[in-house]
Amino acid sequence: MTLAVEFENVSRHFGAVRAVDGVDMAIPEGAFFAMLGPSGSGKTTCLRLISGFETPTAGTIRIFGQDAGRVPPNRRNVNTVFQDYALFPHMTVQQNVEYGLMVKGIDRRTRARRAGEMLGLVQLDGFGPRRPGELSGGQRQRVALARALVNEPRVLLLDEPLGALDLKLREAMQDELKALQHRLGITFVFVTHDQGEALSMADRVAVFSAGRLVQVGSPAEVYDRPRTRFVADFVGSSNVLPPALAARLGGPAQWASLRPEAVRIVAPGAGRIDGRVVALRFLGAGTRVAVAVAGPAGAPPVVAFAPAGQPPPAEGSPVGLHWADAALHLMEGE
Amino acid sequence: MSTPAATARAGAALPVLLAPRGAGDRLTALFWRRPGLLAALLVAPPLLWLAVVYLGSLAALLLQSFYSIDEFSGLVQRDFTLKTWAELFSPANLDIILRTVTMAAAVTLGAAVLAFPIAYFAARHARGRWKALFYLGVMLPLWSSYLVKVYAWKLILAREGIVTWAAEGVGASAVLNAVLALPVIGGNSLSTSYLGTWLVFLYVWLPYMILPMQAALERVPASMLEAAADLGASRWQAFRSVILPLALPGVIAGSIFTFSLTLGDYIIPQIVGTSARFIGQAVYQLQGTAGNVPLAAAFAVVPIVIMLVYLRIARRMGAFDAL
Repeated sequence: MTLAVEFENVSRHFGAVRAVDGVDMAIPEGAFFAMLGPSGSGKTTCLRLISGFETPTAGTIRIFGQDAGRVPPNRRNVNTVFQDYALFPHMTVQQNVEYGLMVKGIDRRTRARRAGEMLGLVQLDGFGPRRPGELSGGQRQRVALARALVNEPRVLLLDEPLGALDLKLREAMQDELKALQHRLGITFVFVTHDQGEALSMADRVAVFSAGRLVQVGSPAEVYDRPRTRFVADFVGSSNVLPPALAARLGGPAQWASLRPEAVRIVAPGAGRIDGRVVALRFLGAGTRVAVAVAGPAGAPPVVAFAPAGQPPPAEGSPVGLHWADAALHLMEGE
Repeated sequence: MSTPAATARAGAALPVLLAPRGAGDRLTALFWRRPGLLAALLVAPPLLWLAVVYLGSLAALLLQSFYSIDEFSGLVQRDFTLKTWAELFSPANLDIILRTVTMAAAVTLGAAVLAFPIAYFAARHARGRWKALFYLGVMLPLWSSYLVKVYAWKLILAREGIVTWAAEGVGASAVLNAVLALPVIGGNSLSTSYLGTWLVFLYVWLPYMILPMQAALERVPASMLEAAADLGASRWQAFRSVILPLALPGVIAGSIFTFSLTLGDYIIPQIVGTSARFIGQAVYQLQGTAGNVPLAAAFAVVPIVIMLVYLRIARRMGAFDAL
């Protein structure tokens, strides 16, 4: 397996701020790789280290096996779709898309042809003569995509690619990006703070916290088997159980996670533990049921997911909760 | 369910609509109903001033240029004639115009080249204390008298001045003499050459170039430069194709200042430079000692026409597209 991008103990410090701190990471060729984390977690700095806008304070960055740490952005065959798209407002859409080819000295005719093809690929045929200012947010993003892809990058970087779009467009664009990546086979690396976006689009997810890489894995791995309490908290609406509560629920006294979908609501006394329903939230595909269980003081309620089709219990009613042994996943308390 | 607070509120219910409290409220209401009225009231006095005092006097000036002067009596004849305009285009007067325009262009070019790095630094890199220092540094020269600065420059550039002294001190007299030996722009000393006039113009008008440039550069998002680099552009290519076009409105705004201020100035070329006249000096002498107000008026129209042509070219170049 060829590695598109490799981080070897990479750090980027800004004075006393350790934006990226000793990250080891491998992005395989052809992957759709998500870097997920809250703001300030170092994911964007990692992206900028790949694009060349930042230079590592320590460590080695390799792109397709070549040491890239000190190579300036214009000498890397890596292109970026910027968060604000960064389209050149004084150029037409066509000129924007041709820009990368123009600065490389490719002749006018080839430039026009390839830019036209790219605009076709992102379904913007005929938009060439317009200015970026005349386009909608979704169209601008497509132009930014075409402008990056026309250079045939070895790695495409996307910085919060869907952040500025409204919900409907965001969902459509998720499918489209996925299809595009599949079709082109280019390694896509994108940064997001939206765990739903990361899990649904990527085939590998890297979770960042405070400048460090906490866990890398397939979306299912990260979702089902979070390595630390932080990952469980950040990646999904999972039950994060403090050691005392985990012990009370029949596990060892260690931080643990329990997926709401794995918890079944049964009659009082018929499950592993009894409790009282304190809140209901209708989610369409089912209802999220929060159950306060007798246990250590200050313990959070345990959340169960009651799928649609079975009537959820009423608020305030006593219930029992049951789950399979394997559902209780132990993790590190960080 | 009614809480005690809610009951108390219901008991002494506040009125829904309040009666106007006098003339101020009535005016406020009027302005809310007719938003255009307030704008019209605010803009009317300055607009009146602009129309009467600015444009009116310009029109009077233009009118004067169509009168002529009686060569024997030296009196202005108030008959419509193109004689004065014909006189304006005499070789000697065309010489003055050409000299002034060349100087204004040279000053503008020099100011643009000198101001860009300063403006770029201020817009892109200076923060906090450095930014304050930048504004102070750019504005400080504007706080002292223009005349004092120009006379100071005359002393600096004079043959016995600090430049000659410094050149001797570092053994660069030969360089200074070589510069002064240049045809046309050189001369006996810096203070009596075109080069000296250019230097002083450059010094005096530079802030008017830096400030609009800095404002324009500040509006160019940092991601533009990154996008250009990301797509493979070198610094120079990014500057040429992205930064400069986006900052062009600021460059043009600055150049309008430096160009028009140089076109109209009559003090600097009188104090520093050769005895050859510039438009401003010609106007000054014609309306004063010579008493030829019609020709002075015709001369005064020249910078206006030049600026109109200049703005038209700038517009053609797309300088105002990004506004």
